[in-house]
Amino acid sequence: MRSVRDWASLYAAFFRISLLANLQYRASGTIWMIGLVLEPLVFLVVWSTVARSEGGSVAGLDPRDLAAYYIALLVVNHLTFSWIMHTFEYRVRFGELGFELLRPIHPIHGDICDNVAYKLVMLIVLLPAVAVLTWLFEPRFAPDPGALALLVPALVLGLAVRLLLDWTLALAAFWTTRVTAINQTYFAIVLFLSGRVAPIALLPGWLQDVAGALPFYWTVAFPAELATGRVGFAAGLRGLAVQLVWVLAALGLISFGWRRSLRRFTAVGT
Amino acid sequence: MSEAETVIQVRALSKTYSVPVREPGVRAAVRSLFRRETRPVAAVREIELDVAPGEIVGFLGPNGAGKTTTLKMLAGLLHPSAGEARVLGFVPSERRHDFLRQITLVMGQRNQLVWDIPVADSFERNRAIYRLGPALFRSRLDELVALLELEPLLRKPVRNLSLGERMKCEVAAALLHQPRVLFLDEPTIGLDVTMQRRLRAFIAEYNQRTGATVLLTSHYMADVEALCRRVVVIHHGRILFDGALQDLVQRFSAHKTIVLELGPGEFDLRGYGEVVSQEPGRAALRVPKQATAKLTGRLLAELPVNDLTIADPPIEEVIDRVFSQEAV
Repeated sequence: MRSVRDWASLYAAFFRISLLANLQYRASGTIWMIGLVLEPLVFLVVWSTVARSEGGSVAGLDPRDLAAYYIALLVVNHLTFSWIMHTFEYRVRFGELGFELLRPIHPIHGDICDNVAYKLVMLIVLLPAVAVLTWLFEPRFAPDPGALALLVPALVLGLAVRLLLDWTLALAAFWTTRVTAINQTYFAIVLFLSGRVAPIALLPGWLQDVAGALPFYWTVAFPAELATGRVGFAAGLRGLAVQLVWVLAALGLISFGWRRSLRRFTAVGT
Repeated sequence: MSEAETVIQVRALSKTYSVPVREPGVRAAVRSLFRRETRPVAAVREIELDVAPGEIVGFLGPNGAGKTTTLKMLAGLLHPSAGEARVLGFVPSERRHDFLRQITLVMGQRNQLVWDIPVADSFERNRAIYRLGPALFRSRLDELVALLELEPLLRKPVRNLSLGERMKCEVAAALLHQPRVLFLDEPTIGLDVTMQRRLRAFIAEYNQRTGATVLLTSHYMADVEALCRRVVVIHHGRILFDGALQDLVQRFSAHKTIVLELGPGEFDLRGYGEVVSQEPGRAALRVPKQATAKLTGRLLAELPVNDLTIADPPIEEVIDRVFSQEAV
């Protein structure tokens, strides 16, 4: 077993390399970021137009509330998404994963570092974008100070849930060559149920129930609503508990899925 | 060989892949939507192998013979379909960390270094993965840098290296944790002759210094001749030969080559054997092995021979002969 010091040293080394590699890719990273910023911007404009035509607000949200929500969502989505599903199939097909399996360390640790490093490097682009959007749309943030204190753990747990779930689903690459179809379906569900197309409050009641029962709302919209003030301290604590349950569930899924997938991978080969 | 003396033990090891088959045409494509048909393909069939500590064993075989499949099973990347393998006392397919820390697999056509960052940073990552202390890491790295002449490469991003330079760095990265067992799959593929020679010399030196066991596959006979006293010939998933390189030649070559230095004059040599080459004053004959002595006597008696040498055919030729046989 590795000691805490070993882990710290391992993560420091991995993280350093991820940081170096991500700094190499800053140009393509910036192009990715444009897409990431455009998506909430489009929905913000759409819903603001709807709110104005409905006499100033929609489901109790006026354009400045919507601006706060979508700007918070932009940051949360950036901090919690992962690109694992996009790259995993390539790694399996071209033998990179084979090399990773020869190392006395689970391959997910490298992915965690890669994704976290990307998030930090890209804050250089994201923060100015947030400043410009704030200036343009005058968002109204009214967070509960207690809820604000929950924001960091909510982001960490949100990232953990998404990363673990993405990783588990990426294992489909061991079983099928139609990974892209699976990925697209998953991304569409996530887009809808994580509150990116519309704040969950705007969805029909039954769909809100569905969103609450699945992990996606808790990983994206929930931290954003902590920041805007829509979710208070008590609801925030409950939300953290839900996130924690999802982290544990995702951990269970990943260890089950990984064992099965490894058995298949080592049976079939690359 | 007793169990304590072997690093690698393989008993009736087999690997069968299940390969999808489909007839061409739309109808077959539609049918395959409902019922996928597969066909078992045996890549490795009941092979037996014992390797002692410090041995360098060369795996020879044409493409698709089962060499890489065997190496992957021994490195723990593939689960055997049947039979048993033990490496350093571990079952490779369990992929225990204590096992993985003591082996390495180098594949000439694949790379594990991080493409966009300097080589030194990839080495640093391996230091953390294999938990090497700073002093130990430093001394091993210095040694590898000296042996492989890596100093000018360390600060270059991997993508800027030539194939040969990259391969040297790959090998260094694969050896930083000082593995006790090395699986080298075509380590010199695509390299120029100088670089091949240097890498070979390095592998020999590493084996001498550390006593590591090496299993190597290669298409280049020169690799095998230079490094391996023992060769294992594998073909269609079966082991055809396991023994000393010299014995391989003895066993599989049915011919010898007789080279003659002749006095002046024109001679018809066709009655003695197959004429491989003939020019004034010099000729080479291919003769059946068991007839060599008799023919030599006749040549010496009947022709003005100034000099005569009997040689084994080149190893390439012998190997080629082995592979062209279905079973031996």
